[in-house]
Amino acid sequence: MTFSPQLEERFAKMLTRYPEGRTRSAVVPMLIYGQDEVGAVTKELIEEIARRCKVTPLQVDEVVGYYSMLHRKPQGKFHVQVCTNISCQLVGGEELYEHAKKKLGLGHKETSADGLFSLEEVECMGACSWAPAVEINYDFHHFVTPEKLDQLIDGLRKAH
Amino acid sequence: MAKQLFNQPSPLETRVVSKNFAIEGSETLDVYLKNDGYKAFLKAKEMTPEAIVEEVKTSSLRGRGGAGFPTGLKWSFVPRTSPKPRVIVINADESEPGTCKDRLLMEYDPHQLIEGILIAGLAVDAHKGYLYIRGEYRYLIEKMDRAIDEAYAKGYLGKNVAGTGFEFDLCTHSGAGAYECGEETALLDSLEGKRGVPRMKPPFPAVAGAWALPTLLNNVETFSAVPAIIRDGGAAFAALGTPKNGGTRLVCISGHVNKPGVYELPLGFPMMKAINEVAGGIPGGKKLKAVVPGGSSCPILKADECDIPMDYDTLAKVGSMLGSGGMVVLDETTDMVRFALRIMKFYAHESCGWCIPCREGTTWLKKILQRFYEGQGRREDISLLGELSKNMLGRTFCALGDAAALPTISIVEKFTEDFEMYLARQEVMV
Repeated sequence: MTFSPQLEERFAKMLTRYPEGRTRSAVVPMLIYGQDEVGAVTKELIEEIARRCKVTPLQVDEVVGYYSMLHRKPQGKFHVQVCTNISCQLVGGEELYEHAKKKLGLGHKETSADGLFSLEEVECMGACSWAPAVEINYDFHHFVTPEKLDQLIDGLRKAH
Repeated sequence: MAKQLFNQPSPLETRVVSKNFAIEGSETLDVYLKNDGYKAFLKAKEMTPEAIVEEVKTSSLRGRGGAGFPTGLKWSFVPRTSPKPRVIVINADESEPGTCKDRLLMEYDPHQLIEGILIAGLAVDAHKGYLYIRGEYRYLIEKMDRAIDEAYAKGYLGKNVAGTGFEFDLCTHSGAGAYECGEETALLDSLEGKRGVPRMKPPFPAVAGAWALPTLLNNVETFSAVPAIIRDGGAAFAALGTPKNGGTRLVCISGHVNKPGVYELPLGFPMMKAINEVAGGIPGGKKLKAVVPGGSSCPILKADECDIPMDYDTLAKVGSMLGSGGMVVLDETTDMVRFALRIMKFYAHESCGWCIPCREGTTWLKKILQRFYEGQGRREDISLLGELSKNMLGRTFCALGDAAALPTISIVEKFTEDFEMYLARQEVMV
């Protein structure tokens, strides 16, 4: 399995960062960067990372279920993450999440039929003082209102 | 046009770690160097390692990640003369609900963090650092990567740091979504490519941490405070706070306030002043109901308990903690059953499952709170919530069990009337 030149370069660098014989340390970063390019943690990705990190595929596989950002099935092109944890809850985060469900016609961890959007109710993302917060892929959006979320989603739909 | 910050600064702040935040281009090395950058490192290079640790002890800096452990003491535990190489691990897995400060330190002043790490490297004779950043902060991983690249390119990392002959390598390491990895030993397992479950202590990380090497592990804000401490002296930093509670810290104010934001306040700053003056008070003239003083793991304070100075010792006296600086303000309209449920949903989701009192306890508590919230509560559930929580205390591998139990105990005990109201409403329905 080969990756884009940029990712190959990143992976090569990652494997040299840790003390000698400790390439297993690169497993989690390689999984998340690999997933971003491949679209999901596939069997092939697991085997490839295992080969490069010199561990068994099982040692890679067992961490996948532990980390909430790793997923075995593809998510939408735009993964909408709405925080409902306490700081967001107090200023309308739960209502915002309900609004997002209706707007996208999706439930928690569901992906639209056209593969464009997926939705997830997430735990604290570290945007508490600028709540309610939404992260779409890796982009943070602060002080999000239902209207602002509609604009964001409509904008992404149009731009696509 | 002035730089667009996350929130407007308050005139009541004492800016030490955030002093460069508002400066245009503060994330670049050139601007950092123009604003006292690397003065502290060069000064530290002329000091003995013991003197550096002493200076940090004098500052009475305490860990800003949550536990509040004295930083200088932690540094002194790392065996500098061990035949094994020492490593530095920086905890940027900021995930405690209510906390959003390390983000700003990496976004606005990455070189201050790097300098702090380098000084720690001198103190414990370490030459390698790993900056563990939560996966959700991808844009900050990229920002830190750029800052690290710039530092290498200009000779502030690598074989000859600032021309002193000191060697240090630093890299970022991405997490992938797990609150538990903020716990230091779970973070180390995660760094080694495993599931982030906590380790049995001892041995402590200072003796056997990452890859069984002696490891110095601190939070981003803790390292970021070090340059100022060395530059201006530990005593000057300590004097900003109160005895045994040195310096300033970033307080993340969120919830029901007019001006939520991250503000740098001296230790011992009055809590009510922080709410009413720094954060602009509660919207709509509503009354204060409660405050979570330092992130969701901290026991909650009732409004009448909040007229206190914010320092570690005072918070301990009132049965809570300063934690990670995440201060969540609740107005009188807040439904405490709903609030407690949201906290417990979080801990049940984030429990790593390694030990049973936490894994089962958080899920049971969540179920009880859920049925209460849905109008199916029973009178005996109120005491059951308290008893179950108390049975978790001190019976788990790491602090996550306590972090789930403590706020629950405080909410049930201090806001029993909210639970009673649910029961009364149910009776009316019947």
